[in-house]
Amino acid sequence: MNDKLRYNQPDARGHFGQHGGIYVAETLMAALDELRVEYEKAIADPDFMAEYRYELAHYVGRPSPVYHAKRWSELLGGAQIYLKREDLNHTGAHKVNNTIGQALLARRMGKKRVIAETGAGQHGVASATVAARYGLECVVYMGAEDVARQSPNVYRMKLLGATVVPVTSGSKTLKDAMNEAMRDWVTNVDSTYYIIGTCAGPHPYPTLVRDFQCVIGEEAKVQMQDMIGRHFHPYVEVPGVRLIGVEAGGHGVETGQHAAPLTTNAKVGVLHGQRSYLMQDANGQIVETHSVSAGLDYPGVGPEHSYLKDIGRAEYVAINDDEALKAFHDLCRFEGIIPALESSHALAHAAKIAPTMAKDQVLLVNLSGRGDKDIPTIAKLDGIQL
Amino acid sequence: MSRIQKTLAALKADCRQALIPFITAGDPRPGLTVELMHALVKGGADVIELGVPFSDPMADGPVIQRASERALAHGVSLRDVLGMVAEFRKTDAGTPVVLMGYANPVEAMGYQVFAQAAVAAGVDGVLTVDLPPEEAEECAATFKRHGIDPIFLLAPTTPVSRIQAVERLASGYVYYVSLKGVTGAATLDVASVAAKLAELQSYLSVPVGVGFGIRDPESARAVAAVADAVVIGSRLVQEVEAGEAGLAARLTEFLASVRAAMDTARR
Repeated sequence: MNDKLRYNQPDARGHFGQHGGIYVAETLMAALDELRVEYEKAIADPDFMAEYRYELAHYVGRPSPVYHAKRWSELLGGAQIYLKREDLNHTGAHKVNNTIGQALLARRMGKKRVIAETGAGQHGVASATVAARYGLECVVYMGAEDVARQSPNVYRMKLLGATVVPVTSGSKTLKDAMNEAMRDWVTNVDSTYYIIGTCAGPHPYPTLVRDFQCVIGEEAKVQMQDMIGRHFHPYVEVPGVRLIGVEAGGHGVETGQHAAPLTTNAKVGVLHGQRSYLMQDANGQIVETHSVSAGLDYPGVGPEHSYLKDIGRAEYVAINDDEALKAFHDLCRFEGIIPALESSHALAHAAKIAPTMAKDQVLLVNLSGRGDKDIPTIAKLDGIQL
Repeated sequence: MSRIQKTLAALKADCRQALIPFITAGDPRPGLTVELMHALVKGGADVIELGVPFSDPMADGPVIQRASERALAHGVSLRDVLGMVAEFRKTDAGTPVVLMGYANPVEAMGYQVFAQAAVAAGVDGVLTVDLPPEEAEECAATFKRHGIDPIFLLAPTTPVSRIQAVERLASGYVYYVSLKGVTGAATLDVASVAAKLAELQSYLSVPVGVGFGIRDPESARAVAAVADAVVIGSRLVQEVEAGEAGLAARLTEFLASVRAAMDTARR
């Protein structure tokens, strides 16, 4: 291995360079410490890991295939585009890899109630699913605006037995759902396990979610050589692989209406338990974001991404709403795959750079979820009443 | 000795407990805050906790969330809050003022720049809710260098090892959160507060204030019997929310009733 790429992050207190850490009110500190200890024990326990792997294979349907999008690649006339098909997982997105791991952890810790925040609803659905699977009570916090624009997922969560709480404070999106989930957790900390859905939040969450999602990259490494994926971690130490992260450019980064803290060089700030790049005004107030994709409509980014940007290991770009929508339609028409709007951002960037690359070069896109949930949004944008 | 330390020491010598009211700066509008601070002092406030509005007040219940929203609708920034403290100081040189808020506005200004500006404005202590001791080394050191007391939270869930970590960094007083929850939540259980305070006080050299769930003279009296200071927030902010008519007088009157009850607390 190239020395330059040797990577050992985070430190014992969850810092990825200047990012990460634990920034929460005192009441939650003991719970986070307990979680860290229990998590470290669990992943060292062969029985726990065997059950996790069994569930991934038999309940989720892993490994997910890698698919060569030949027709689309030919039309674009450059690099070969491969898709890691997380959209084929049970529940329709990569989120379930993490919720299974965390639900098993909750059960191991004796917690009977789980809570989650959700933007697009994919993490909410994945949490409601595993709660039903393991017999746990489940409450999902979702911004009122997202409840309106992702209605199929709201109903799915209810079918699965979860309580969906619409959050009406602030911008009524993912950030506000996370605030409300934190408030629930601080109130019910003894009985409740908080399933965070992304590699963010206070330590140990960014590490824990990363580790449960590493299965995507580990599989892809076996399935292909020298490829890249959105879940970067397994590739971080692989020389010769370019890592590209795609953020939500919304109406365009120049308009200020976007959710692209890394691309726009946002200042470092503290929110939701972590230090990381964060969209804020001059007074340190968090600004409202915009993305056509509810799951990307968030002002911050996980601390590991911020660190990978700092050390230059990954590059970050933004894709606007209209570019993502074009990629959404193209994948539908040319490959017969309806992608999630979130994943469509990565697809759009692949479509943008593929023509600049040689035909024997390869782009691996993590197709993180399927687009069934986005059909009402797309129809509305096309002026169609369903 | 800082203004906070002097105030609390004098009360202790007098066998009395400090009354610490909280209001959010700029709520319901920036022009009223200084007047309301004076009204709190008139009602018997020994220290004032002034909330710094933040867009994402994760540790607060709906009442203080709305106070933050009202203040932010007027564009109230951390610098504006310092301006209000400076204005208050022109006519009150004695009452300590503690700013209570979240880390990001302070981070955005920078610890050093903030500490200088805060001291110049007459701020005595700062409590950043989402900055536990693990992440507060640099911040607390900077504050202390400028003579500002870093105030820390302790909770029912705090283990002994963490009490000691707080003791190492805290000065002025520590703020014991009486219940698991957000501000303005449920009512407190005095017996469990008393038990935890006895444990805390055996490890702490600084005075302990208790907040969360204190909403009337009776609960204030009960807490005063076991703590060094009583913090009242959401109940006062509700008064602010009820409208501007007679607001200053209402705050004074309510606080005076709390003060009177506390002074009858039996130790």
